[in-house]
Amino acid sequence: MLGYVLRRLFTAIPTLFFIVTGAFFLIRVAPGGPFNLERPLEAKVMENLNKIYHLDKPLWEQYLYYLGNLMRGDFGPSFVYRDFSVSELFASGLPVSVQIGASALVLALVFGTLLGVAAALRQNQPADYGVVGLATLGITIPTFVIAPLLSLVFGVWLGWLPAGGWGDGAFANKVLPVVTLALPQIAVVTRLTRGAMIEAMRSHHIRTARAYGLKPWTVVVVHALRSAILPVVSYSGPAAAALLTGSVVVETIFGIPGIGRYFVQAALNRDYTLVMGTVIVIAIFIIIFNLVVDLLYALIDPRVRLG
Amino acid sequence: MATMDTTAAAPVRGRSLWDDALIRLKRNRAAIVSLGFLVAMALACIIGPLLTGHGYDQVYRSYVKVGPSLTPYPRAETVAPAARRALRRARVEVGEDIVIGDGIVRIPVSSEGELDQRVVRYIDRGDIFSGGRLENLSADGRSAVIVADIAQLTFLFGTDATGRDLLTRTLIAGRISMTIGLLATVVAIVIGVTYGSLSGYLGGRADLLMMRIVDVLYSLPFIFFVILLVVFFGRNFVLMFIAVGAVEWLDMARIVRGQTLTLKRQEFVQAAEALGVENIGILRRHIIPNLTGPVVIYMTLLVPKVILLESFLSFLGLGVQEPMTSWGVLIAEGARDIEGNPTMLLFPALFLTSTLFALNFIGDGLRDALDPKDR
Amino acid sequence: MTAMTDAVAAETVLDIQDLRVTFQTNDGPVAAVRGVDISVSKGETVAIVGESGSGKSQTMMAAMGLLSDNGRAEGRVLYRGEDILGLPLKRLNKVRGARITMIFQEPMTSLDPLYTIERQLCEPMIEHGGLGRKAAAARALDLLKLVGIPAPEDKIKAYPYELSGGQRQRVMIAMALANDPDVLIADEPTTALDVTTQAQILDLLADLQKRIGIAVVFITHDLGIVRRIADRVVVMKDGEVVETGQTAKIFDRPAHPYTRMLLDAEPEGEKPPVGEDKPIVIDGQKVGVSFAIPRGFMKPPALFHAVEDVSLVVREGQTLGIVGESGSGKSTLGRALLQLLPHSGRVHFDGKDISNAGKQVMRPLRRQMQLVFQDPFGSLSPRMTVGQVVTEGLLVHEPGLSAGERDRRACQVLEEVSLDPAMRNRYPHEFSGGQRQRIAIARTMVLKPRLVVLDEPTSALDRTVQKQIVELLRGLQAEHRLTYVFISHDLAVVRALADTVVVMKTGKVVEAGPTAAIFEAPRDPYTRDLIAAAALEPMHGRVVDA
Repeated sequence: MLGYVLRRLFTAIPTLFFIVTGAFFLIRVAPGGPFNLERPLEAKVMENLNKIYHLDKPLWEQYLYYLGNLMRGDFGPSFVYRDFSVSELFASGLPVSVQIGASALVLALVFGTLLGVAAALRQNQPADYGVVGLATLGITIPTFVIAPLLSLVFGVWLGWLPAGGWGDGAFANKVLPVVTLALPQIAVVTRLTRGAMIEAMRSHHIRTARAYGLKPWTVVVVHALRSAILPVVSYSGPAAAALLTGSVVVETIFGIPGIGRYFVQAALNRDYTLVMGTVIVIAIFIIIFNLVVDLLYALIDPRVRLG
Repeated sequence: MATMDTTAAAPVRGRSLWDDALIRLKRNRAAIVSLGFLVAMALACIIGPLLTGHGYDQVYRSYVKVGPSLTPYPRAETVAPAARRALRRARVEVGEDIVIGDGIVRIPVSSEGELDQRVVRYIDRGDIFSGGRLENLSADGRSAVIVADIAQLTFLFGTDATGRDLLTRTLIAGRISMTIGLLATVVAIVIGVTYGSLSGYLGGRADLLMMRIVDVLYSLPFIFFVILLVVFFGRNFVLMFIAVGAVEWLDMARIVRGQTLTLKRQEFVQAAEALGVENIGILRRHIIPNLTGPVVIYMTLLVPKVILLESFLSFLGLGVQEPMTSWGVLIAEGARDIEGNPTMLLFPALFLTSTLFALNFIGDGLRDALDPKDR
Repeated sequence: MTAMTDAVAAETVLDIQDLRVTFQTNDGPVAAVRGVDISVSKGETVAIVGESGSGKSQTMMAAMGLLSDNGRAEGRVLYRGEDILGLPLKRLNKVRGARITMIFQEPMTSLDPLYTIERQLCEPMIEHGGLGRKAAAARALDLLKLVGIPAPEDKIKAYPYELSGGQRQRVMIAMALANDPDVLIADEPTTALDVTTQAQILDLLADLQKRIGIAVVFITHDLGIVRRIADRVVVMKDGEVVETGQTAKIFDRPAHPYTRMLLDAEPEGEKPPVGEDKPIVIDGQKVGVSFAIPRGFMKPPALFHAVEDVSLVVREGQTLGIVGESGSGKSTLGRALLQLLPHSGRVHFDGKDISNAGKQVMRPLRRQMQLVFQDPFGSLSPRMTVGQVVTEGLLVHEPGLSAGERDRRACQVLEEVSLDPAMRNRYPHEFSGGQRQRIAIARTMVLKPRLVVLDEPTSALDRTVQKQIVELLRGLQAEHRLTYVFISHDLAVVRALADTVVVMKTGKVVEAGPTAAIFEAPRDPYTRDLIAAAALEPMHGRVVDA
């Protein structure tokens, strides 16, 4: 088990290296630079800045320099938030994003599974159609529509919750962002669970369980849900990685100081180090959660062998 | 045995799997309604902009952010003030009794000196009046009535922050969003089907390697590469759907590969091999016809995904460029001023959502129809 | 089995009265069971016999409240006088799993793959018997010993996927016996198993019944099994009971024509011999096939020998029967002979060495050597019409043929296999299993082959249909002097069709020889087991006229 985890983490290194290299050169071949502002800087200032950030060196030298720093865990200074290093930005932003994302994930898994099971057990009945319709709607409405709408209804019209802002992590400020993030995920999990549950309830071993007069709870939860949860587990890996690394839309609309905002901003501003840092953080999350999914899978299904 | 002339036997028409699927699809009311809705939406987006009477990039400075309304602008009570505003710099005295009727406004004006004919230009400048002319010019030429047609403009959905008709823009945006959705899906399908069927058909080491590549690509934050791509290489319509298509082909490749592998093991393929049928014949008669089902299903489900992705990029400001627009762009604009004018968000959001909703229902319906085991 | 005494027979435990089952389908309601009466007394074994679609399984599923969602049951199902049909779940669950238990046809999937055997065995005991976890576990172990699972102490901790099909079916039986039930419903419990395993399971059931004395309802399509274990027989057809009576009476004096047809369905006769002067069509010398099994990254793959050093000779007009259980390598051997798999050793076809010949060499020969598959549902492309399926070979081997001529040939060959040529524009899914197998045979016959390898062509079919296919194959062989390699696990069919028989086990030949010699005087113990397990009727000694 531990050996497997270590092996998996070890094989992730080439993947990460590939990502770092790809992202580095992709950003650099792009036109523009971090100091090409609308009002051009004086040539002298520009030169100095380039010198400070090693932009005057040949590209491969910069690449090696960046890799070297990366090995020491140094993401470098941000080009745009000049008073901060990328690591500092993450140190303050990541906990916020993770907090919001994790809450949304838990909410999605709990409600999604419950709704999915409930719908599956009432297949082709009005309740089922209702849940399926809502779930389709949930998948359909983009976050960037839900977010302003929720903010408008609950923040502006009803005035129950703050329409935006972080408020130093006050509970009321977290409600709308978490709900916004969770809604589409609830929809996906519901649909996945429902489909898998319907299939599981038709399987032969469920027929056995029913024929042996086991309690409905045992039949549905112990036997059917355990196999029906497998596709949800597969899905929740990438979903977790995406949620925990912050959402551009939600963080922008609700004004939350997470790391989700950084990527697009940094890309637009050619904040090289911040873009790289974000790419790496996201990649690491994806790798870790893929591993977690495989471990969970093996835990749930004894037929799956790790290795 | 079997010597009698059998060619006379009139063949009975069979019911192919496609026929069966069509029958099942027709029974699915949600899918059929969605299909009708989608056709209507597509027609509206294609033809609608020609009928609204507004250009999608036509700016009405007099009507910035007006609300949706069935009755035409300008409102009667706003005509007189508007006329006064228009003539403010014309150095004329505007009389008290401005008369409005039959789509025509009559403004009595007088001046210290002789009235210049060019005074009507002032009234024509805005979006409200047109065809201004001087009538009833008094003998001394110092007073007259400016007569002008009132331009009756209807903004069913209101206008946006720069005073453009939102209905026209929403419909035009629909064109763009749906076109990108379709084209990107085609790109994804072409790459995915080619890659997947090749991988599945070649099998062995080639398959292993090709799928390993897909696995690696899966573990990349690919959507961010699309963002990078779009940020760096400009916001370009073509690049847009190529980038989106290039991200979405991975699933298709996996599905097609899996299907190809399953089909290769099917006994009817083995039977064809045993008959001595060549590879091309097997591919053409056995593999491809059996692949179409899953591909069609995936395609219908991919279109809404792609439209959503495009809207997302547009929302981030990485989509098509002004004055062109797409639903994502409109929603972004609407969200920016949601407190002042929620309709600017609501209409495009409604269009986008209902289209995606219909597409999803059609996709689900097709899946149920083509793969009846599911239900 | 001994006849019942009247005293015992009086005590009816399960009484099904006027049971009706309807399914709501897309094409409207379908009546699967139409008014069935079956009663089962204490200690009695009742067999419900019928072909697929007769409603025999649905009758018992309905009785146990296990119908799928679109099914509805009406009538009465009395367990010791109490109607359990439509009982609220809580009450019903006091009966099922406790007083009435079931075993199913699919041993591979009837157990939950995610839990250990122990856990699954214990669940009903804890639920109904009120046992604690420890006590239940102890009893589970006893039960596994009772049903004869090897190394029960290890197996109890195992997961279902670690057990063979026979072992899983034994676990199911153990589970069925756990709460000392009154009635055991066995729904085709041996159909998915190899014949030797099948015999062991049947012996186990018979033995347990004698010891414990429970009533058994045995659902099957196999009359051989019925004769072996049943006291009473209920014959079902199209959702109705057509005949019921004591086993001996049904077998000796069947009243209903359908029963007579079922009894008559075992393939009869034997193959008229072919002279030794006929030319050799296929000749395999020391044929072997092995597969590489990947063992993970960087390790050399393990070699699995599916077929080892098999030699055989078949002359024109002869039929060679290859007999063996699943995994014996008989199908692999058949494909290797046809050069569909790479093999070692030498294969000659019509005197020409075709061992591992390339595609170009084989293509012209393919028209003379054909293959028919077991599964008539998988072997026909679902998106081609029957006419297209049948004439696909002509596209390859007679590419010059016009469409009209191909159509004519399709009609001709469909008539030859007794199908209506008017059906040639229909699709495979519109035909029954037997008809599909006829289409598959037509596909090979259109090319007028010399050699046909038949891979279990009758195994997926009902007995009565099986008999028709056997007759068809016989007729075609006589008419076109075909040479058959007939692969089957069904000894009755092989005995009726083959000149010579090869018995295979784990890739090797254990015995080979003329059909009569093998069946009447088997030398190898494995062959003897197979023959005993098949419970064949004695040979009629009647030769079918050529």
